[in-house]
Amino acid sequence: MSFLDTFNQLDWNEVKLSITSKTASDVEQALSASRLNHDQFLALISPAASPYLEQMAKKSLQLTRQRFGNTVQLYIPLYLSNKCTNICTYCGFSLGNKIRRKTLSMDELDAEIRAIKAHGFEHLLLVTGEAPGTVGMDYFRKVLPKLRMHFSHISMEVQPLDQKDYEELMSLGLDAVLVYQETYHRPTYNQVHLRGSKADFDYRLETADRLGKAGIDKIGIGALIGLEDWRTDAAMVAAHLDYLEKTYWRTRYSISFPRLRPCEGEMNPVSLISDRQLVQLICAYRLFKPEAELSLSTRESARFRDNVLPLGITTMSAFSSTQPGGYVNDEFLEHTALEQFAIDDNRRPEQVADAIRSKGLEAVWKDWDNCYSH
Amino acid sequence: MTTEKTRMLKIADKTFNSRLFTGTGKFQNRQTMADAIIASDSELVTMALKRVDLNSQDDDILEPLLQQPTINLLPNTSGARDAKEAVYAAQLAREALQTNWLKLEIHPDPKYLLPDPIETLKACEELTQQGFIVLPYIHADPVLCKHLEEAGAAAVMPLGSPIGSNLGLKTREFLQIIIEQTKVPVVVDAGIGSPSDAALAMELGADAVLVNTAIAVSPNPVAMAIAFKEAVNAGRRAYEAGLGSRSLEAQASSPLTAFLDEF
Repeated sequence: MSFLDTFNQLDWNEVKLSITSKTASDVEQALSASRLNHDQFLALISPAASPYLEQMAKKSLQLTRQRFGNTVQLYIPLYLSNKCTNICTYCGFSLGNKIRRKTLSMDELDAEIRAIKAHGFEHLLLVTGEAPGTVGMDYFRKVLPKLRMHFSHISMEVQPLDQKDYEELMSLGLDAVLVYQETYHRPTYNQVHLRGSKADFDYRLETADRLGKAGIDKIGIGALIGLEDWRTDAAMVAAHLDYLEKTYWRTRYSISFPRLRPCEGEMNPVSLISDRQLVQLICAYRLFKPEAELSLSTRESARFRDNVLPLGITTMSAFSSTQPGGYVNDEFLEHTALEQFAIDDNRRPEQVADAIRSKGLEAVWKDWDNCYSH
Repeated sequence: MTTEKTRMLKIADKTFNSRLFTGTGKFQNRQTMADAIIASDSELVTMALKRVDLNSQDDDILEPLLQQPTINLLPNTSGARDAKEAVYAAQLAREALQTNWLKLEIHPDPKYLLPDPIETLKACEELTQQGFIVLPYIHADPVLCKHLEEAGAAAVMPLGSPIGSNLGLKTREFLQIIIEQTKVPVVVDAGIGSPSDAALAMELGADAVLVNTAIAVSPNPVAMAIAFKEAVNAGRRAYEAGLGSRSLEAQASSPLTAFLDEF
C-alpha cells in the first residue's frame, strides 16, 4: 500500500468541482471547527472563502504562534550541481537549456561551506538537478559526511531514490527530504516532463512513502504553483499530507507553495495565483494542519515575505543562490549564468533576520542537533 | 504547622524557593525571555538541547540566564524519538553544560508531541545508572510514575494536556492519583495555559508546575510571568492551608442527627 492507491481513487475533476461549489456556509463551518477534515480544507481554499481572508489570517497567526512561538527558522540552499538529464518545460536546469553545467568538486564544496558558515547558517538544503550518473549515491556518500561536520540539520531536494538509499544517506547524516510532485494532475505532469526519469509520475508520487518507511525525520511535500489549477493541486497536497501523517506518524512534515519563477527557457504559468490567493492558501494549510511547517523561499519578494511571515510561515530561506558555487563569490548575485530560477528576495541574511525581528519574531539559526541524526 | 522551610521544594540534592519552573522556547527575543524568567522568580529553567550551539561555550541563548546565580539550567532532550537518541543527547548536554540534571523528553509523535512511555522508562533506567538527575516528561499515567520512581527518577513530570495546547488540566483525575501515590516530587508539565490552571495544579498538591508557552506567547510575557508566580504561590498556600470539602448539597446547621447530642 502507498499513497498511490489513495490517489488513484481521487478524481481530479470531482475534487475541482467540490472546491468551486463550496458556499459561504461551508467556509463558516470550517472556520469554527477545532480540527479540520479534508472537506473543510477545500472550503477554505475555495473562491467562497475569499471574503473571509482576514478571519483566516487572524486564526492562522494565532495557531502559528501557539504552536511555533514567536520564531522563524532560517535555512539556506546549497546547489551542488545543475546537471540534469530531464527535460522539464518549466525548469532552468532542463537538459535542453544552453546553460553552463557545473558540479561542485570536493574543494569547491569546502569553499562553499566556509562561505555559508560565515553567514551563521546551521540548517542546509542540498539541491541538485537530476543526473544520477554525476550526482548520484556515490557523490552523496562523499558529500554528506563532510557537510555533517559543519551543519546541524541537512535536508535534500534531489532526484527520488530507493528506500535503501535513503536509509544509507540517513546513516551518513541526512535529516530531511523535500520532494515536490510539481503537479498532481497526471496528464499535465506528462506534458511538462518530456524526458528523463522524472517523467515517472508514480515513482515520484511514492517517494514520500519510501521516505516514511526509511524512518526519515522530516518530509517536505508540495506542488509547483503555475502548472495546473492551484486549488485542486493544493487539495491533492492536503490529501497526501493527511495520508502520510496517519501512516508515518513519527515523521514531521513541511509544505511549500513555490510559484513559477522566470528562468532560462521559461514557460507561461497555466494557473496564476495572486498574492491574496497565496495568503489564502497559506492560511488554509495552517488551519488544516497547525503542526505542519510552512516554508517560504526567496522566490517571493521581500515585501511579500515580510508581510506574510507572521501569518503562518515557520521556515524561510535567505540569501539563496540557485547556482552551484554561488556563495564563494560574495557578489554572486551579479553572476546568474548557472541558476535554476531567478530569486526575488536578494537581501543578505542579517537583513532578513532584521526584518523578522521587526515583526516581533526571533530568527532561529539552529533548531536541531547531530545527536538526533541516525 | 507550615513554615517557610516546608514551603521549599527539594528535588535530588537541590532546594528551590520557587515552585514555578519555566522554559526558554517560543519567545520573540532573548531579552524578553530573560526578563520574563527573572520576573517569574523561577529557579529551574528548561532549555532544548537542539537550540543550543554545543560548540560554543558562550551560546547567546544561554548567556542572559547564566548571569543569574539563582537560575539552574535543565537541559531537555526535545527532538529525541527513542531512548538511544535521548541518552546520547543527555551525554552531550552534560559535557557541554556541566550539569547532570536532565528533563527527559521522548516524543516520536510530532503532531501532538505525546511522550513515549516505553522508551522513556528505558532511557530513565540507563541515565540514572549513568549518574543523571532525571526528570521525565510523561503522560499522566500513575503506574508509569511508580516504575520511573523505581528506576531512580528524581521527579516525575506528567502532562496536564498536550504541549503548547493551553488546554489546562485535562488529566486532572489521574494527576490526583499520581500526587497521592508517588513518592518523588510531581511537576505538572505541559498544557498549563493560564494562571488559574497553575493554581489548580498546586491546590491539588502538585509540588511544582512548568510553564513555557503561556508565558512566552503572551503579548506581555513579563506580566504573565508575574501572574503565574503569584498563582503558583496562592495555589501552594491554599494546599498547605487545607481546602474545605465540596458538596452540592447544603450542609444544614441543624442536622438530622443533632438530637443525638442533646442527651
